Amino acid sequence: MKNRAKLLAYPYILWMAIFIVIPLLLVFFYSVTSGNIHEPKSLSFTLEHYSKFFDMLYLNVIWKSFRLAVISTVLCLLMGYPVAFVISQSKQHHRNLLLLFFLLPIWMNFLLRTYAWMAILSPNGFLNKALELLGLPPIEIMPGQTAVVLGMVYNFLPFMVLPIYTVLSKIDKNVLEAAMDLGANRVITFIKVILPLSVPGIITGITMVFMPAVSTFVISRLLGGGKELLIGNLIEQQFTIYRDWHFGSALSIILMIMILVSMAVMSKVDKNSEEGRASMW
Amino acid sequence: MKKRFIIIFSLAAALMFTFFTGCEKNKVVLNVYNWGDYIDKSLIANFEKETGIKINYEMFETNEHMMAKLETGGTNYDLIFPSDYLIEEMIKKDMLQKINFENIPNFKYIDDRFKNMEYDPQNEYTVPYFWGTLGILYNTEMVTEPVNSWDILWDEKYAGQILMLDSMRDTIGVALKRLGYSVNSTNPQEIEQAKNSLIQQKKMVNGYYVDEIVDMMINGDAAIALNWSGAAMDIYWQEVDYIEYAVPEEGANLWFDCMVIPKTSNNKKEAEMFINFLLDPENAYQNTEFVGYSSPNKAALEMLRAENPEVFEMAAYMPSDEILERCEVFKDLGSAKELYNQAWMEISAQ
Repeated sequence: MKNRAKLLAYPYILWMAIFIVIPLLLVFFYSVTSGNIHEPKSLSFTLEHYSKFFDMLYLNVIWKSFRLAVISTVLCLLMGYPVAFVISQSKQHHRNLLLLFFLLPIWMNFLLRTYAWMAILSPNGFLNKALELLGLPPIEIMPGQTAVVLGMVYNFLPFMVLPIYTVLSKIDKNVLEAAMDLGANRVITFIKVILPLSVPGIITGITMVFMPAVSTFVISRLLGGGKELLIGNLIEQQFTIYRDWHFGSALSIILMIMILVSMAVMSKVDKNSEEGRASMW
Repeated sequence: MKKRFIIIFSLAAALMFTFFTGCEKNKVVLNVYNWGDYIDKSLIANFEKETGIKINYEMFETNEHMMAKLETGGTNYDLIFPSDYLIEEMIKKDMLQKINFENIPNFKYIDDRFKNMEYDPQNEYTVPYFWGTLGILYNTEMVTEPVNSWDILWDEKYAGQILMLDSMRDTIGVALKRLGYSVNSTNPQEIEQAKNSLIQQKKMVNGYYVDEIVDMMINGDAAIALNWSGAAMDIYWQEVDYIEYAVPEEGANLWFDCMVIPKTSNNKKEAEMFINFLLDPENAYQNTEFVGYSSPNKAALEMLRAENPEVFEMAAYMPSDEILERCEVFKDLGSAKELYNQAWMEISAQ
């Protein structure tokens, strides 16, 4: 019986083998070889693509990517947590409606939403036209890093709110009552009980926002006007313009390692937090 | 344990196999790969209705994107629309099939001056589709001075209102031309100078785009933009009157986009049918009016002249011989491509 149940995992293992493991091995293979990819015999082992990366030009790009991703993640957390908290505290029949409002935008295509932001933020866009009507000076944030961060926050905010909401809504009301009975006021209850219990949700939220933010290339291209090159753009260009699969693969591996390291640090924080095992994962 | 892996991997292999073979059907499907906004889509529908051949239409943004995808392999395009220098490279790399011109009687409508071009001296592989120049689009409400030099793209006055093309050869080519060099320069020092001038310019550039430029110009988001002549015609046909187009006196790039059949095509005959269909005067006329770029089709031009004689006066549609003399056609750079790649990477990563 036990073995039968295991069979159910096969489709996923199969999926993983085709679409995750084999491609990853290929990416790794390309990253440590050079030569013509279409002539296997011409390929030879090298680490030059990795050493090429340690140039100020590329280091600046990765620094910028991490900086913008961290800023976006922090903003998502600061805005997302209160929203998740309010939704989880509201009445049951309001909750679903509030969540729906929150999720509605992601029913629309991601690319379309980003193009919409272009129309809003562009120098002569809706925002500046509205400001003009009000007699206010125009703001010039697109293209630029501010617009890129805004695009990231807008697109990834739901991924911060949802896991935090899930964890918050599962908190046992009796625990909160117990805290109150023992003399804690609302602020203390929040700091000592609710916040620690919601750490797993926060960790998941940070992961789900940080990862797409650090590797995005569409948002930076459209809202950054092609001027704010991020690591995602750099990788994309290796495949779409420069036809250098080897360097592109090496960059991908480097990015993966960096994400992995950041996630390892995060999960350490997660383990150190004493309570709350109700992680989304 | 081992057995399980064998099962999984053989299943994986089988599944992949079905993915790649599953797309074949009895009906002929023509895989066409063209630039964005580069055909009147109703022509595709008409062709499908007329012949029963289904067209699978895909688009690319720059020559480099197209080539990268083609070189990746795994594509089965039947008809592609690359530019001159890319055609040269594709012929060198033996990626194209010779076209059977007996299947394309409408080729007789093509003006002789577009035949036997340098990139295809015997005219064996290509049928010209559209041609044009590279120049400057400018908003006459924001730019009142005459536009006759590339220097205006480097003018502090327009800081934040300049749009450049997110296309390596075009943008570097303009920088080279402005410094008095050839757009096909392979001299490292000249490319270095061009790169530095573009890095210096970057602070003033609003953004680097391709297909978005027309809308942004119409919307008044920028005052000047580097773009191709057809963009100006597209704007003209949209009856926007505050945007003009100029080819600077230093000269620019003159380009030709052609229809070619790659070696990967299994439907050569149908591809030739589609080429012939697009060369039909009626269709070519409809297409040039819709897309905006200049047609090499004599008969179509006659029809256009009857309907819209004014466009023949426009530098964007019919540049004068004087302008054309100052223009250069892009050539395949061979190994010097690396210099351009490095320069472009440094410009965009700044």
